[in-house]
Amino acid sequence: MNSLSPKERVKIPRQKMPEQEPESRRKNFEEVNLGLELELAKREAHRCLECANTKCVETCPVGVKVKDFVQLIVAGDILAAAAKMREDNVLPAITGRVCPQEDQCEGGCILGKKFKPLAIGYLERFVADYEAAVGKVGLPQKAPATGKKVAIVGSGPAGLTVAGDLIQRGHEVTVFEALHEIGGVLVYGIPQFRLPKEIVRREVDNLRALGVRFETNVVVGKTVTIDELFQEEGFHAVFVATGAGLPQFMTIPGEHLNGVYSANEFLTRVNLMRAYRFPEYDSPLYDCRGKNVAVIGGGNTAMDAIRTSLRLGAANGYLIYRRTEAEMPARIEEVKHAKEEGVQLMMLAAPVEFLDNGSGWLKGARCIRMQLGEPDDSGRRRPVPLPGSEFEIALDVAVIAVGTTANPLVQSTTPDLKTTRKGYIAVDEETMKTSKQGVFAGGDIVTGGATVILAMGAGRKAAGSIQQYLTTGVW
Amino acid sequence: MFSIIEAQFVAPDVKKFRIVAPRIARKRKAGHFVLVRVHPKGERVPLTIADSDPAAGTITLFVQGIGKTTRLMNLLETGDYVSDVVGPLGKASEIAFYGTVVVIGGGVGTAIAFPTSVAMKQAGNHVISIIGARNRDLVILESEISAISDEVILTTDDGSYGRKGLVIDPLKELIEAGRKVDLVLAIGPIPMMRAVAEVTRPYGIKTIVSLNSIMIDGTGMCGGCRVVVADKTQFACVDGPEFDAHLVNFDVLRQRNSLYREAERLSLDKFQQDPSADLACAKEMCRLQNL
Ligand SMILES: Cc1cc2nc3c(=O)[nH]c(=O)nc-3n(C[C@H](O)[C@H](O)[C@H](O)COP(=O)(O)OP(=O)(O)OC[C@H]3O[C@@H](n4cnc5c(N)ncnc54)[C@H](O)[C@@H]3O)c2cc1C
Ligand SMILES: Cc1cc2nc3c(=O)[nH]c(=O)nc-3n(C[C@H](O)[C@H](O)[C@H](O)COP(=O)(O)OP(=O)(O)OC[C@H]3O[C@@H](n4cnc5c(N)ncnc54)[C@H](O)[C@@H]3O)c2cc1C
Ligand code: SF4
Ligand code: SF4
Ligand code: FES
Repeated sequence: MNSLSPKERVKIPRQKMPEQEPESRRKNFEEVNLGLELELAKREAHRCLECANTKCVETCPVGVKVKDFVQLIVAGDILAAAAKMREDNVLPAITGRVCPQEDQCEGGCILGKKFKPLAIGYLERFVADYEAAVGKVGLPQKAPATGKKVAIVGSGPAGLTVAGDLIQRGHEVTVFEALHEIGGVLVYGIPQFRLPKEIVRREVDNLRALGVRFETNVVVGKTVTIDELFQEEGFHAVFVATGAGLPQFMTIPGEHLNGVYSANEFLTRVNLMRAYRFPEYDSPLYDCRGKNVAVIGGGNTAMDAIRTSLRLGAANGYLIYRRTEAEMPARIEEVKHAKEEGVQLMMLAAPVEFLDNGSGWLKGARCIRMQLGEPDDSGRRRPVPLPGSEFEIALDVAVIAVGTTANPLVQSTTPDLKTTRKGYIAVDEETMKTSKQGVFAGGDIVTGGATVILAMGAGRKAAGSIQQYLTTGVW
Repeated sequence: MFSIIEAQFVAPDVKKFRIVAPRIARKRKAGHFVLVRVHPKGERVPLTIADSDPAAGTITLFVQGIGKTTRLMNLLETGDYVSDVVGPLGKASEIAFYGTVVVIGGGVGTAIAFPTSVAMKQAGNHVISIIGARNRDLVILESEISAISDEVILTTDDGSYGRKGLVIDPLKELIEAGRKVDLVLAIGPIPMMRAVAEVTRPYGIKTIVSLNSIMIDGTGMCGGCRVVVADKTQFACVDGPEFDAHLVNFDVLRQRNSLYREAERLSLDKFQQDPSADLACAKEMCRLQNL
């Protein structure tokens, strides 16, 4: 279909994502990336070399058929491209926006060896948005009802994926969610300016249209236990996808001061509770206008928190990270956007104490400088404190984004569910089966904080084995 | 949506609600609480489950109108709805036979302590209830508490009913008179709980308080409810809300509860100037919008 020669293809520059200007976007919560137009998307698609050996597919955790869907864009059949995408990826509008493409599909793309890799994420987002805009989401056919009931605990990407896969196979699917909104981190963690809530809602509505039931305000382990789901509510299988939502603090002095937040709280107030629209919405947040805000950490969560603080009017937004920019686990695009918006990176530093203004409010942090030593088990060079290098920085708000761990609510109320040393749910990696018959688990509650697409991949795998279990009855 | 099947004032500014929430009613134990979001623009506020009826599928709450959300809630009537109710959250009270248990409730704390008093009585304890209020009109649940207590002492700040003075006065007298007190449970405003802790501390009487920190999710996810107990950070929503009073750092609790004072005042002023928008939102409008 693509009539261009390889030489002509590589001459086309990688298309730029149209985005809001940094000056204006740091004052609003609208999405930063505006999306490709049809013509730009087609031009970008023409760059693909249609390799025989599709590295791009291998490096996508769910094996999206990149070459095939891109060729359908070249052919101009966007809806077919979207359908092709949905064969492997049920939430393309989301992954196209938030996958760390540079480490995955685009990291594998051959073009990247000499030129810039194909903008696979942009194209993925494009086909999903196009499909939604023309209002023709290709909802899959449902198999005849099987009479089997599946409960899904947690409505993040892992849970939603399993819900989508199993409803198609004719099972009755109920998703239980502790919060009042569906979507997990996609709605309470990742901000509007990166992933508009409407997009998550669109996907959830698609699932509803297929017949998935959603029950919010149910904390499994508290409101109902896993055993009760089986014994009293007649479920035949349960998929646990409760994420890794427990915030880690740094256990340094002053963490209880007013003005010190966990990233989860800071982001939940803004995203889930819409504190950025206080007092129209009731939940408040520390008034960041004109204030000095620091976020500690270097991942996507840290980036989201610091960029949020700028949008809330912070005068200075510092990102304090103990390694260097090169080691930051955040998506490259987010780091770029953050810098454009004026986030000040303070690399090779870490707070050792939060300082009290005398009446219980934060006035600053005492930090220490770091040096990179030998690599640790993650392969990244270990930060080592430099003795005598302590310094103080004036702050009004500090947000701790140094990671999360497993929430124990389900595990502690399900005695025969085995956990790992760190409290995550132990599963057979091939089948996502837990130690308890009928119970499967996947996503961050198994791996620890990872990515949207890995959670979806785990969901996909689990759905396959749940299907097998439900049809054969063999554990 | 959760249906309110009964709403009535039991004192000025304190309203009793019965809400249909069958899953919660079935699982709830004394000491548990729920988080309620009145309407889609509302915040999530913790309220103790004062009672439940598993057969009818209802839970009972007592709400004291102090700020925007609780005052808005107290405008709701039988037949209205609230958007969200989630629970039962927190650790249940540790109910056991201790011997003599003194349960002290200050203000709406009386309602919060009530279910635990009932359970303590059922566990065979001799229950002495001390009910404190600012004045006669604010005394709640007197007959219910009298029915389940072995002894009841009432105090009001102004002496308009019962004894004049603070709840700690009769407590001190009991202890000084040599009554054997095995456990004290105190629920109410922070200064009251702290004062009770100081009364019992020298005698080494085990004392439990219920901490009212600011919450969002109630599941351990945000860390906003953190309190300092025995010099360690604990999450009131999952590790509490009841803690050993002698180990609680009340200064940190008081300070953290003042975090949003400005915003709370702004919110309340705006609401009191014109409660109609919020009320409409609670009653129907917002429900129709898919927010
Ligand atoms: C701020 C932030 C930014 C991120 N940015 C990116 C990014 O750009 N790209 C990327 O790929 N990944 C990103 N991630 C990581 C990604 O969001 C997660 O890896 C992914 O969401 C995990 O999915 P999950 O389905 O396992 O769980 P989650 O999304 O965590 O969802 C779990 C759900 O379960 C619910 N739950 C928990 N306990 C219970 C219970 N007992 N009963 C009922 N429900 C319960 C929770 O409320 C939650 O809704 C980010 C994470 C955060 C926090
Ligand atoms: C475990 C627990 C059980 C409770 N049980 C009851 C009860 O049975 N009946 C009752 O009337 N009250 C109870 N409270 C207190 C009640 O939650 C607060 O009065 C209510 O949240 C105030 O909200 P507001 O908008 O009306 O007032 P605001 O003006 O917002 O705040 C007034 C005060 O309430 C506190 N507060 C504000 N927001 C929250 C929040 N989201 N969570 C907790 N505290 C907050 C603040 O520290 C402030 O001092 C309980 C609190 C906790 C933590
Ligand atoms: S799902 Fe993620 S990794 Fe896979 S192709 Fe899409 S953007 Fe790339
Ligand atoms: S590796 Fe790159 S160029 Fe090759 S098929 Fe995949 S996307 Fe196209
Ligand atoms: S309320 Fe969020 S952790 Fe307790």
